[in-house]
Amino acid sequence: MVTTVGIDMGIQTVKVVVLKDRQVVARAKGFSGFEPTKAAEEVFVQALDAAKVAREEVSLVLSTGSGMDMAPYSNGTVSMMGADARAGVFLIPTARTVVDVGAEEARAVKCDERGIMMDFVVNERCAAGAGTFIEAMARALEVKMEEMGPLSLKAERASPINASCVIFGESDVVSLIHRQESKPEIARAVFDAMADRISSMVHRLGINPDVALVGGVAKDVGFIASLKRKLGLEILVPEYPEFVGALGAALTATSRAKGASK
Amino acid sequence: MITHYGYIDGSGEYFIIIDSDKCSGCQKCVEACPQKALELVTEFIDLEDKTVAAVSEEHRKKIRYTCAQCRPQDNQTPCVLACSQGAISCVWKPL
Amino acid sequence: MTEPTKDTKEFWRWEEYRRVCSDKSWDHKDVITAGVDVGSVGSKAAIMIDGQIYAWAVTRTGSNSPDSAKKVMNMVLKDTDLTQNDIKYTVGTGYGRVNVPMANKAITEIACHAKGANYIWGPSVRTILDVGGQDIKAIHCDQTGRVTSFLMNDKCAAGTGRGMEVFADLLKIPIEEIGKVSLSLDEEPEPVSCTCVAYAKTEAVGLLRKGWSREKVLAAYTRAMAVRMANLISRVGLEKELVVTGGQSKNMGIVSRIENILGVKTLPSPNWREGELDPMLAGAMGAALLGKALYVKAQGN
Repeated sequence: MVTTVGIDMGIQTVKVVVLKDRQVVARAKGFSGFEPTKAAEEVFVQALDAAKVAREEVSLVLSTGSGMDMAPYSNGTVSMMGADARAGVFLIPTARTVVDVGAEEARAVKCDERGIMMDFVVNERCAAGAGTFIEAMARALEVKMEEMGPLSLKAERASPINASCVIFGESDVVSLIHRQESKPEIARAVFDAMADRISSMVHRLGINPDVALVGGVAKDVGFIASLKRKLGLEILVPEYPEFVGALGAALTATSRAKGASK
Repeated sequence: MITHYGYIDGSGEYFIIIDSDKCSGCQKCVEACPQKALELVTEFIDLEDKTVAAVSEEHRKKIRYTCAQCRPQDNQTPCVLACSQGAISCVWKPL
Repeated sequence: MTEPTKDTKEFWRWEEYRRVCSDKSWDHKDVITAGVDVGSVGSKAAIMIDGQIYAWAVTRTGSNSPDSAKKVMNMVLKDTDLTQNDIKYTVGTGYGRVNVPMANKAITEIACHAKGANYIWGPSVRTILDVGGQDIKAIHCDQTGRVTSFLMNDKCAAGTGRGMEVFADLLKIPIEEIGKVSLSLDEEPEPVSCTCVAYAKTEAVGLLRKGWSREKVLAAYTRAMAVRMANLISRVGLEKELVVTGGQSKNMGIVSRIENILGVKTLPSPNWREGELDPMLAGAMGAALLGKALYVKAQGN
C-alpha cells in the first residue's frame, strides 16, 4: 500500500490531500496568510490526523501551486498544469480540457485520456481574469462572495459593465448601484465578463470536450452558468473542485513512489 | 496617425496597430476579422474627416482575449494579412 | 487676474478658477474661437483670439455634460468683454465632447491635446505622456502638433491616479505627499513584481510585514509604475522633448523616475498659479486652435 500526500500552496488557501493507493482518505484546507509555510504545516498535520496516518507511513509528498517552493515536508514539485490534467482526468475520465480558475490565476489545460498535459494557456498577473475579480465585485456589491452565484441566476439579463480591471470594476459597480441597476443583473454581468475571458482561453486551445471546471471558482453556480452560455457546452464539475491541484500532486506522487519501489 | 488599440497590463502587452495615413478604408480587414472586432470609423486628420479602420470600442479593453483565437504568431493575424496597404500590425507579448 | 475658489475638502489636484489676459492689447480680433474640454472630472474652456490665448476657465464636471459645458463657457466669458455671439467657432473635446451644445464640431481629445501641448511648450515637443485619474495616454506628435502615433491604456489601473490613490490609502500617506515620500530614501529599492494594483496591494502588505518601511514600499511601487509608463512611451516612440501632463504630472516620484529610466529630462510645466498657462488647459486650447483652422478653412472655400 502506498500512502502519498499532495500539497497545493495557493495564494489564498493551502489544500492538502492524502491518498492511500489512489483513494482519497483525507482533505484539509486552511488560509495561507502571511506565513504560508507555517499555515501549510498545520493543514498537513490536520490532514494526516483526519486520515489517521502517521508521518512515517507517507511514502512521498509532492507540492504544487504558486507557492510550491515554500511547501513543508515536500519531496518535490509538480507543475500546476500537470496537476490539473492528472487530477481532472482522474475525476472526470472523459475530460480533455481542464479549466482551473483560482483566486489569482486561471488556466486552461488540454490533456489526453491518461491525464497527460498536451497544451495550456495561463492568465496570471492581472486580477481581472481570476477569482479575485469576483471577490472584489462582491465586496463592491455588498454581498457575500457565496451569494454572488445564486443572485446572478435570478437575472434575465446582464447590466452593461465595462469592468476590465478590478480597481475600475469596483467603481463601475458602485455607479451601477447608484443608477439603481438590480443586484442580480450586476452580479450576472460580473460572471459574464469573467466567462468571456476564460472562454477565449479555452478557444485558444481549440474546443476539446469534455470541459471540466476545477479550482475554487468552480464551486460558483453563477460562473458555471455564464461559462456554459459562452462556450455553448456542458461544463463538468467534480466534487471538491478546489482540491484538484492537491489531488494531482498526490496522484503524481503515487506514480513516482510506485515507480521507485519497482 | 498610428493608433495603438489594446493595452499593457500585468499579463503583458497586446496591441493592434492601425496607421490611418496608410488605411484606405477598404474594409477588407473588417471582413477578415473572425471576431468582428474591427469597424470603420470617421477620424479627424489634417482638418478633414476620413473613414478608416479601427478596433471597436467593445473590444479595445479585451484585445488579449478577443485576439487569442487568432493567436498572433509572427504578427500574421487575418487582419494583418488582409490589409493590402500594410496599415495594420500587431504586438503580442505575454509576460 | 486669478480667482481661486478654494475648498479644502475637494480633490487636491486642482481648484476651480478663471483667468483673462486683459493686459494684452488686441489689435485685430479677427478670429475668436473657443475650445470646451468636458473631461470625466474637470471641464475646461479656452477662448483664443487669432490663435493666441485670451481667457480660460476650469471647473468641475457635474453629472450632466451639457450643463458642465455651459457652466464653464459662462465662467470663461464672465470677465471678458465678449459674448457667445462673438465666438466664430467652438470645438468640443474630451470625454463629453459630443454633448457640448455650443460646439460646431467635436474632435477627440488626442488631437486637441497634442495641439495644445504644442502651443504651451512650443514646437519642440514630440512626446506627451498624459497620466490622468483613469487612463494613461502616450502621444507622439510632429512640430506642428499633429498626432503621429498614439496609445491609450485605459484597461488597467496601474500607474493611473486611481491606482496611486489605492496605494496612498493602503500606506496611509496623503496623496499630495506620495511623490516626495517616494523619493525620500537614499537607495532605490527593487520595483514590486506585480503591476496589477490588486496584486501589488497584497505584495505590499507582505513587504510591510517583512519589515519594509512605508517609504520603501511606496518607492518600490512607484518605480514599477514608472517602468510601465516608460514602456508605453517607448511603444509610441520616444523623441525629445518629452512633457508629462494630467494629474500625475504633479507626482514628482513618477516624473523623476520616468526621466531616470528613459534618460530624458521632461520640459517643466508652466507655473499656472503664477499666472502662466495651465497644462490642464491643453485640450481646450488645442480645440480652440483647431477651431480657428477649421473656421479659416471654411472662410477660404
